Amino acid sequence: MLSLQNKSIISIRDLRKEEIEIILNKAEEIENKLKKKEPLYLMKNKTLVNLFFEPNIELRISFSTAMRKLGGNTIEIEYPTNTKNLIDKIRMIENYCDVIVLRHPKEGSARLASEVSSKPVINAGDGSNQHPTQALIDLFTIKKLKGKIENLNVSLVGDLKYNAMMKSLFYGLGVFKANITLASPHELQMAWENIEEVRDKFGVKIFQTNNIFSAIEDADVLYVGGIDKEKFGDVFEAEKIQKSFRITLDLLENAKEDLIILHPLPKGIEIDAKIDETKFAKYHEQANYGLPVRMAILSLVCE
Amino acid sequence: MSEQRIVTNIENGTVIDHIPAGKGKKIFEILKLSEHSGRAVLLINTFSKKLGRKDVIKVEDREIEEKEINKIALFAPNATISIIRNWEVVKKRKVELPEIIENVVSCPNKNCITNFEETTKSKLIVEKKDPLKLRCWYCEKVFGIEEIL
Repeated sequence: MLSLQNKSIISIRDLRKEEIEIILNKAEEIENKLKKKEPLYLMKNKTLVNLFFEPNIELRISFSTAMRKLGGNTIEIEYPTNTKNLIDKIRMIENYCDVIVLRHPKEGSARLASEVSSKPVINAGDGSNQHPTQALIDLFTIKKLKGKIENLNVSLVGDLKYNAMMKSLFYGLGVFKANITLASPHELQMAWENIEEVRDKFGVKIFQTNNIFSAIEDADVLYVGGIDKEKFGDVFEAEKIQKSFRITLDLLENAKEDLIILHPLPKGIEIDAKIDETKFAKYHEQANYGLPVRMAILSLVCE
Repeated sequence: MSEQRIVTNIENGTVIDHIPAGKGKKIFEILKLSEHSGRAVLLINTFSKKLGRKDVIKVEDREIEEKEINKIALFAPNATISIIRNWEVVKKRKVELPEIIENVVSCPNKNCITNFEETTKSKLIVEKKDPLKLRCWYCEKVFGIEEIL
């Protein structure tokens, strides 16, 4: 039987559809138990180390809370961004825990850590490469709110070049055969090799645009990410681009009635705050699903 | 004078033939032949029935090792290697691009962990042979040969 026991979760590209389904089903089971306030002691006497080389308070809280809700303990370690000797640190830290959650600014760091660790490593973001647990939360949210992922029209909007979450979700949507629209400024387009891989592996329809209207029209799901001004040399130009990809109420006039808007949170100017009050805004619900999904991942890899 | 006679035969060593014209210099560099204590020669733009023009390298008193053959394969996937002992070709083989290329060339992504942690070896997966596409095992980025050069 397929099991995720002791498996490191490094990249969504490593996960088979069946493995993703195991995680989503487990998250569903845990969510139901959380609702009924049933105790969950799947990680009793086990320890998680949150090893962060790049700060992200929300993410740390999410993993810590997931571990504690499962009856386990957490150790929090934060190093400055440029700290070296990851291999020795992992070899030392693995002696004190059952699972390591790693966030690191260098791409490939989580893969490297998983190769030297005898304990499972969970990638909580390695630079602009991968953020698999967020993609799993996103897939879970879409499935919960829409009942399916297959054949849905999903638009990814924002920085698709440097945003690891977008890359991971794009691949995950390919696994489940959604129709995908990629909307970004020219400078922040998804890398061609990522598009080619998803199209060739899964045979899904992929449409690229730099027009925000095309991304909203016919979309069932609008997934919005921020655009970092620092990625542009010219601040004035950057602000112009940010505004042209900002989701506002008037843009949603012709949107599908049952459109859902998702965002990994916390959001910046990319979504008008007035949208929070509309039926379209589902990002707070999405944030709520972070807990059962991360609990599911932890309990499955530490089984 | 025929092209074959420009450079004399060698008693012991290696001949790398069928290198695409223009790539010989790179192979000469990556094999660090300018540091070789014996004689080594790079012949560029010589006539080839198959390639039209090709480069050839002859190295005296040095037999190319397996790991080095992988390096050659990156830049000259159809090259042939002949090992010469006592004026005779004792071994002749075509280079073959392996599925995984470890610690031969660095990942071109400056933000890849392999360029940050000194002790980490590079590992590139051959995704496509023609045109050559390599994916870094760690950072997952895909590169063509021109980005590695």
